[in-house]
Amino acid sequence: MKLDSRIPSGPIAQKWDQHKFEMKLVNPANKRKHHVIVVGSGLAGASAAATLAELGYAVTCFTYHDSPRRAHSIAAQGGINAAKNYQGDGDSIYRLFYDTVKGGDFRSREANVYRLAQLSVNIIDQAVAQGVPFAREYGGMLANRSFGGAQVSRTFYARGQTGQQLLLGAYQALMKQVGSGAVRLRPMKEMHDLILVDGHARGIVTRDLISGEIESWTADAVVLGTGGYSNVFYLSTNAMKCNVTAAWRAHKRGAGFANPCFTQIHPTCIPVSGEYQSKLTLMSESLRNDGRIWVPRNAGDGRAPNEISAADRDYYLERMYPSFGNLVPRDLASRRAKDMCDDGYGVGSSGRGVYLDFADAIERLGEEAIRERYGNLFEMYERITGENPYGQPMRIYPAPHYTMGGLWVDYNLMSTIPGLHVIGEANFSDHGANRLGASALMQGLADGYFILPYTIGDYIARHAGDPIAPDHPDVAGTVEGVKSRTARLLAMDGNRTVESVHRELGRLMWDNCGMARTATGLRTALERIPTLREEFWEDAKVVGGGGTLNQVLERAARVADFLELGELMCRDALAREESCGGHFREEHQTPEGEAKRNDDGFSHASVWGYTGEDSAPVEHREPLEFEYVTPSQRSYK
Amino acid sequence: MGRGAALFRTSIGLKITMAVSGIVFVGFVIGHMFGNLKVYQGAEVFNHYAEGLREFGDPFFQYGQTLWIARAVLIVALAAHVWSALKLTRQSRAARDERYRKLEALEFSRASRSMRWGGVALLAFVVYHLLHLTFGAVHPDFIAGDAYHNLVTGFQSVPVSAVYAVAMLALGLHLYHGVWSAFQTLGISGPRVNRMRRPLALGIALVVAGGNLSFPVAVLTGIVA
Amino acid sequence: MNLTLHVWRQASPDDRGRFVTYEALDVEAHMSFLEMLDVVNEGLEERGEEPIAFDHDCREGICGTCGMVVNGRPHGPWKRTTVCQLHMREYRDGDDIWIEPWRAAGFPVIRDLVVDRTSLDRIVAAGGFISARTGSAPDANAIPVPKAHAERAMDAASCIGCGACVAACPNASAMLFTSAKVAHLNLLPQGRPEKAMRVIDMVLQMEAENFGSCTNHGACETACPKDISVDFIALLNRDYLSAAVGRSG
Repeated sequence: MKLDSRIPSGPIAQKWDQHKFEMKLVNPANKRKHHVIVVGSGLAGASAAATLAELGYAVTCFTYHDSPRRAHSIAAQGGINAAKNYQGDGDSIYRLFYDTVKGGDFRSREANVYRLAQLSVNIIDQAVAQGVPFAREYGGMLANRSFGGAQVSRTFYARGQTGQQLLLGAYQALMKQVGSGAVRLRPMKEMHDLILVDGHARGIVTRDLISGEIESWTADAVVLGTGGYSNVFYLSTNAMKCNVTAAWRAHKRGAGFANPCFTQIHPTCIPVSGEYQSKLTLMSESLRNDGRIWVPRNAGDGRAPNEISAADRDYYLERMYPSFGNLVPRDLASRRAKDMCDDGYGVGSSGRGVYLDFADAIERLGEEAIRERYGNLFEMYERITGENPYGQPMRIYPAPHYTMGGLWVDYNLMSTIPGLHVIGEANFSDHGANRLGASALMQGLADGYFILPYTIGDYIARHAGDPIAPDHPDVAGTVEGVKSRTARLLAMDGNRTVESVHRELGRLMWDNCGMARTATGLRTALERIPTLREEFWEDAKVVGGGGTLNQVLERAARVADFLELGELMCRDALAREESCGGHFREEHQTPEGEAKRNDDGFSHASVWGYTGEDSAPVEHREPLEFEYVTPSQRSYK
Repeated sequence: MGRGAALFRTSIGLKITMAVSGIVFVGFVIGHMFGNLKVYQGAEVFNHYAEGLREFGDPFFQYGQTLWIARAVLIVALAAHVWSALKLTRQSRAARDERYRKLEALEFSRASRSMRWGGVALLAFVVYHLLHLTFGAVHPDFIAGDAYHNLVTGFQSVPVSAVYAVAMLALGLHLYHGVWSAFQTLGISGPRVNRMRRPLALGIALVVAGGNLSFPVAVLTGIVA
Repeated sequence: MNLTLHVWRQASPDDRGRFVTYEALDVEAHMSFLEMLDVVNEGLEERGEEPIAFDHDCREGICGTCGMVVNGRPHGPWKRTTVCQLHMREYRDGDDIWIEPWRAAGFPVIRDLVVDRTSLDRIVAAGGFISARTGSAPDANAIPVPKAHAERAMDAASCIGCGACVAACPNASAMLFTSAKVAHLNLLPQGRPEKAMRVIDMVLQMEAENFGSCTNHGACETACPKDISVDFIALLNRDYLSAAVGRSG
């Protein structure tokens, strides 16, 4: 596997412009003859499909949902960062770049992050032009807030529904192209494999979720915008259908998978309430702007929160990090909550929770002001828990939320398979080992609107070949492979439900490859996962047929891939003998319990190559160089 | 132009037709009720008023012309109202091809559910009312030109008065939802307008239905004789 | 608690469909409604029976994927709440719960409680967008938008496209959905240039999708999990009327 990052030469601020100039263009008259497949219709997929169609390419967009608008980008709450400096508080492209590299704990590619910061401003312009109703000041100008510990106000937001509004903007742009016939939309079709011809990505195989039909689709290039894989943990804040299948299938066809162990645990989620729990609900990080996090000073203090006096409370983040307090980055906030609960200070019936208290903010600003800022979140909390957060503190606990790892891509967002491009959360590129709040929407849209549509032109101009006939042996072979795998799944008639296997995998991953990892734990998981995978194929059961809507079959196919991915995550976590960002190895910490990076040994992206079912994956390394932001120990004291 | 006309055949176009024709009727029933209040001033005034309707607009219009013009407008409005209602009902029936076992009533007011059967009932009533007090075909003691007499003798029958009472109840409901609905359909909406839409609808419904109901009550109690 | 469920089962669009009764045992008050169904389904799977197909995804009330009529009410009894956020503490031991799919000609049943709502996408494709070519936008602050307008547009834009408005409407009308999208875009200065075309194209597509007519019942607003107001329907009507008059004149 050759890892050529294709980072343009020259000063960082000019790399993207220079690169845009150097890329080959496709003759406008020829664009409609070139066909691009976009898999996924979230922020990245929808914006890419719409923009490619505007440019004149023939686009087919696939989603396993009934509508592109259901993609999980819709659930992002807090906001989107942009270096607009509308607040005049000293923000700049360079500062956003700097913050993002530092926040990612120096495990991302500088050139990509700089480009992301540059494009952030264009995204806001584009979104406003599309009718995204961002929050505004009384004068009619856009409002900003400070988010996730940033020292400047650079976050644009639409109430607590920023992801929804940005996705609707991209969705509307996409539907315009669908209406005009420039994009063929294929809902309720799930990608099951990638078609390679002469080593290039030339199409995909899908299963129609309603009719069960397995079909092949060919094109000049394939784009995956298929999201993250947090559902490997079973319980996560991801939507129930989020899965790794498209990316994993591509990986098995030769695409390198980078930093799979870089997962983000979000600190402010509603704690688990029981065995039946199907997913976890995130409460926007913005709550930490006004809420104070605490636990009882005495372990096992069973009193109701309001009966615990200030003296008996430990506002531990404020105590440990006097300058950032409750606004420390996500990984720190999550890990400290875990420590508190591990040490017996946890609250709630399970003991896995800490308080997020608004009493002081309500006293200072009044209940009305708090209602205006967080009303919908408070309402959601009350609906789920039956507790009123205006009257008593919320209980929160960290939950898997986002995956920084993903398919490796070069500066052009192309994977190690020529022609296969990967955008949004599905790729690995910009967030390093930890993503900052309000940066996911930014990256998805930068990729989809402003990067991929141009870089893919360069690939097409250089490589577009003859159309592939539907009966081409590589196409037919791939279709056969999917058919036989589906048949194998349908034939499973054991004693365990698919759900029970997924739950077990999730617990294994959470315990051993979650917020804190140890070599021993990871080895335990690496021993157990292959046997669990065997149990799945031998003892799980898929009821129903293949010719209709069959949600058990859908889940089974996804869980089968999680069972393989989980192993790779543990392997990656074990190989990375350091702590950085969301990856915390207990063996590697400072005396104060902070993550201890090993820049000499691990300043690289680990890119795993698939070598077959019975052989271990091979690790390749893309070294990371830091010319502009000197790696330093993060300190939020 | 072709496309423009087609735009009035959509469900929204038909609803606009219903609203506009409905407003004609709202005007009519209000005028009709106020005019009939003259019955409390005695036979002479009332008959003079009834006759006056025919001379309205004189000398510009000839005897009876304005009345017929008014009648023509009402007939056109009625036809448009009923035709639109039929088309809209058919569309809506087709839109729920499979019915629920149960669907909770979630609408703002029960009056909205009365529009279809209430409308049919009102149509039947209008026919009866015309045959009864305008043409006298179903009136036991009809004297052409003596509206006062026809009204008093007509309402002295308890069953006839009961029919009128039920019809006025239906009219009240129809007006209550119809007036509010017309504001919605014509897009007359805004924070200030919205505050007065319900009270106005209720007011018109109460005044018209109440005023009309007073006539049979007055006859049966002997206040008007 | 133990509950008796009566669930609409329909193997395919052509199947007649029927209610099937299931016992949901040991349901906990903390469960969400869909988690209760998950447990029932896992029991069915264990016995080798096909589980109840129902659509759902984010389970936090924003994706608009879930939707079913619970005891005659779209999304169940809680106001401003999608069925995925409904929790079982609402119910008491021994309760009967009837569960039906959205029923509308515009939403054909695919299987059990899953319906096809692509009609709503086609309405959006007809005009529910602002044409702004990527990269062509002026600076985001170039056009100030009064806060009140932005807020009102946001109220309309909160629609999650779940289809509860259609399900609740005695006429199976899609006016609340369509009006929310029209209002969101027409209320913003960026949406002005395409205002008339948008409203007409979207309404014509809505008509073509077999939805019923709006009789201003207001059931849609009551059922809407996002509290979208029927005031937007008035706005749609106004924009439609002026566009239609403009066209015919």
